[in-house]
Amino acid sequence: MTALNELTIRQAHNGLVKKEFTCLELARACLARIDGTNDDFNAFLEVFADEASEQARRVDAKIIIGGEVGPLEGIPLAVKDNILIRGKRSSSASKILEGYVAPYDAFVIAKLRAAGAVFLGRTNMDEFAMGSSTENSAYGPTKNPWNPKLVPGGSSGGSAAAVAADMCLAALGSDTGGSVRQPAALCGVVGLKPTYGSVSRNGLMAMASSLDQIGSLTKTAADARIVFKAIAGGDHWDSTAVPDRHNREKTDVKGLRVGVPKEFFIEGMDAEVEKAVREGISRLGEMGATIKEVSLPHSDFALAVYYILMAAEVSSNLARFDGVRYGRREAGDILREVYGRTRAAGFGAEVRRRIMLGTHVLSTGYYDAYYKKAQQARTLVRNDFSRVFEEVDLLAAPTTPTVAWPIGEKFEDPLTMYLSDIYTVSANVAGIPAVSVPCGFKDGLPIGLHLLGRPFGEETILSVAESYEQVSDWLKEKPAL
Amino acid sequence: MKITEQQIEHLADLARIELTDVEKVKFGSQLSAILGYVNKLNQLDTEGVPATSQVTGLLNVWREDHIEGCEPAARELIVENFPDRQENLVKVKGVFKATPEEF
Repeated sequence: MTALNELTIRQAHNGLVKKEFTCLELARACLARIDGTNDDFNAFLEVFADEASEQARRVDAKIIIGGEVGPLEGIPLAVKDNILIRGKRSSSASKILEGYVAPYDAFVIAKLRAAGAVFLGRTNMDEFAMGSSTENSAYGPTKNPWNPKLVPGGSSGGSAAAVAADMCLAALGSDTGGSVRQPAALCGVVGLKPTYGSVSRNGLMAMASSLDQIGSLTKTAADARIVFKAIAGGDHWDSTAVPDRHNREKTDVKGLRVGVPKEFFIEGMDAEVEKAVREGISRLGEMGATIKEVSLPHSDFALAVYYILMAAEVSSNLARFDGVRYGRREAGDILREVYGRTRAAGFGAEVRRRIMLGTHVLSTGYYDAYYKKAQQARTLVRNDFSRVFEEVDLLAAPTTPTVAWPIGEKFEDPLTMYLSDIYTVSANVAGIPAVSVPCGFKDGLPIGLHLLGRPFGEETILSVAESYEQVSDWLKEKPAL
Repeated sequence: MKITEQQIEHLADLARIELTDVEKVKFGSQLSAILGYVNKLNQLDTEGVPATSQVTGLLNVWREDHIEGCEPAARELIVENFPDRQENLVKVKGVFKATPEEF
């Protein structure tokens, strides 16, 4: 029998309903795995062993008296450290938030809590979600469960590693330019970034507000749907959250039109990654989808658009970390000195780099050349997608140009690091949903197939991902821990 | 495009981040490289293209202008997070240096 911590959400739910095991046993199996492996991978920054056991006991009590068991009831989840859980520390893996305790539950946490989910702990990340490798954490890098010498991707690297190493059944992450999908690809799990505006970000620490979205890291696409259904929705604390527009779209792969954007198969992409992705796409064709090459002519500009707009929004959003109301405060004679020293001591290099880049592109004399230009180019990138989605129902492409790389390799070269997001950023720039699913291996390292959908087309991409999983064996592969 | 040390100092000042001399040099060359990359947008003709500032098409999201407050327990946690306080107020250094000679 599969160890309990290795189950998917759906399998665990079935087991709980049939009373094959208890929630407490399920939570303890995860806690034991964390206990045994977290020192090797540094996926969790903090584990809530007592609270998790207590939450699990409460669900067990309910099941014993014959209460109905919801799909997430008693399911142990991990939460990225930039999502607030009331009464628990929350730091975005930054020294500037040392000692900060969340005063309220994020929207998604409140929803999951109401659904009976069990929170195992908070996971490591690139500081304030800025990075593609989880090396930018103030608490040390997370390591890839497939090979601890390699990065897990980022910025939700702790969540991806925790799912891949079966320390939890699923995890929450956030995705501003690929931070859920890219680590999912590099760790061999399923990463979903929903449509912009489909999940309220109240209680998610803001990085770049026109791009940020909360997503999930799960073991299957079916599990991604379960988590998405539970967290989708808006509240009046996030004015960009859109009232539910999700349609039940066509879900049978047969007859769906899948577009393959030719610009996503570029020079510099790993040949074996390309081969695995192309084979995955052929598989969709064998399942009855129509495969068609399409063009997104402005793809090559999406990354530049992203790095200008993201940095601009970062410089504005992170102005709040000034040592006044929360977190760390350095000494100074006057307020301005306190600001300068607190932000110098509290922020890591990548965060400071992006704040200064954002300050530059917004400053007098540069605003039109950078910020406004990027906003206009953003329109062109969006228009590409709108046009293509008139011809096809979804797009299929690689999630990343390469598999996981050695820790330290790109750390001192930010521009090269940024290029690892080249395929994922356009979904954020256009605000569309996208999911990464495992589609093969290179030298024992996972490769991700990227499916992109129309706005609010989560159902379509998840259905295709789920059907693909049923005809492929990639999810059965587990890292040898 | 090369970012000079003077520009880095200006940006750091605007962003309220103190930098060491070593950092000024390092950030200068890294920002120059990044700006060199994003300058590829200049290849695009964006004449007359409208700017995208958001993608959902929402327009004028209003709410009533009234104070909702927050629950007392959350308020307590917020106050406890202040790095320095006097009762329930945030305590900070002065904006200006106030020494007896200056008065």
